[in-house]
Amino acid sequence: MIGLYFDEIEPGMRMEFGSYHFTRESMMHYARQFDPQPFHVDDAAAAKGPFGKLAASGWHTAAGWMKCYVATHQVEEAKRRAEGKSVAHAGPSPGFTNLKWLKPVFAGDTIGYGCTITGKRELASRPEWGLVFSLNESFNQNGEMVFSFEGKVLVARR
Amino acid sequence: MNALLHYEDFSEGQVFELGPYAVKREEVFSFAREFDPQAFHLDEEFANTSVLKGLSASGWHTCAMLMRMMCDAYLCRSAGMGSKGVDEVNWIKPVYVGETLSGRTTVISKRVSAKRPEMGILICRWELFNQRGEKKIEQTGVNFIRVRKP
Repeated sequence: MIGLYFDEIEPGMRMEFGSYHFTRESMMHYARQFDPQPFHVDDAAAAKGPFGKLAASGWHTAAGWMKCYVATHQVEEAKRRAEGKSVAHAGPSPGFTNLKWLKPVFAGDTIGYGCTITGKRELASRPEWGLVFSLNESFNQNGEMVFSFEGKVLVARR
Repeated sequence: MNALLHYEDFSEGQVFELGPYAVKREEVFSFAREFDPQAFHLDEEFANTSVLKGLSASGWHTCAMLMRMMCDAYLCRSAGMGSKGVDEVNWIKPVYVGETLSGRTTVISKRVSAKRPEMGILICRWELFNQRGEKKIEQTGVNFIRVRKP
């Protein structure tokens, strides 16, 4: 996680992952491929739909989180290498809980992503990895929370 | 509008078959380059020796595949009103390039929103398996579907 080892991560730590800008083109591109419900791909239908205008697929909002998370990880990793520190391998995630699409995301919105570490646990079955828990909250440019979830990820131990 | 499936057309225990969905190398690369550029999903040599033991799709890509399968199976012919979220997603096993996914939606329960009588709430479980029947992903969450006669 952002190049840190399990041992360096503590509950309460705050991490910022930057932001992702939603354009009409990127929203349509994602939705046509993965979520072609009328309110994600058709302006006229969206105007009469649940959000009143074209909204991004909720999974696109989630994918934007991943994009920002990985970009942050790669920058922090490079910084650690430049400082001569070793880098913790990022492990996979077994899943997540309580993912909430709190408000629709519209074309022109910029969503800022980040997380707070909520816990961590050593794994008896895999002594080289630990499991880190985080609360991920995402906000639009007006400061409204639009998306949140509780994540879990494997992080290498020293 | 009434040709669309509405809340009244769904019942507890109802099952919709999902897929098949072929997991293609180019699609895995293209999603990963855009949203999840980790070596697990882009570098076959690294992936083969990694903890995931093979070139696999981003977990967020597998959620997207499931979404597409749901759209094709019933959501795009339903009076859908979106979703407020997913209670749980388990990425049980990696989804590898070359696999074919299929599975099912099971309607666990249904009720009409107390605040919005025009909106029905379906609690669903979604499961995807590969061509050998190994379970890969499981989700529980919500679909909002319009009530035909509020």
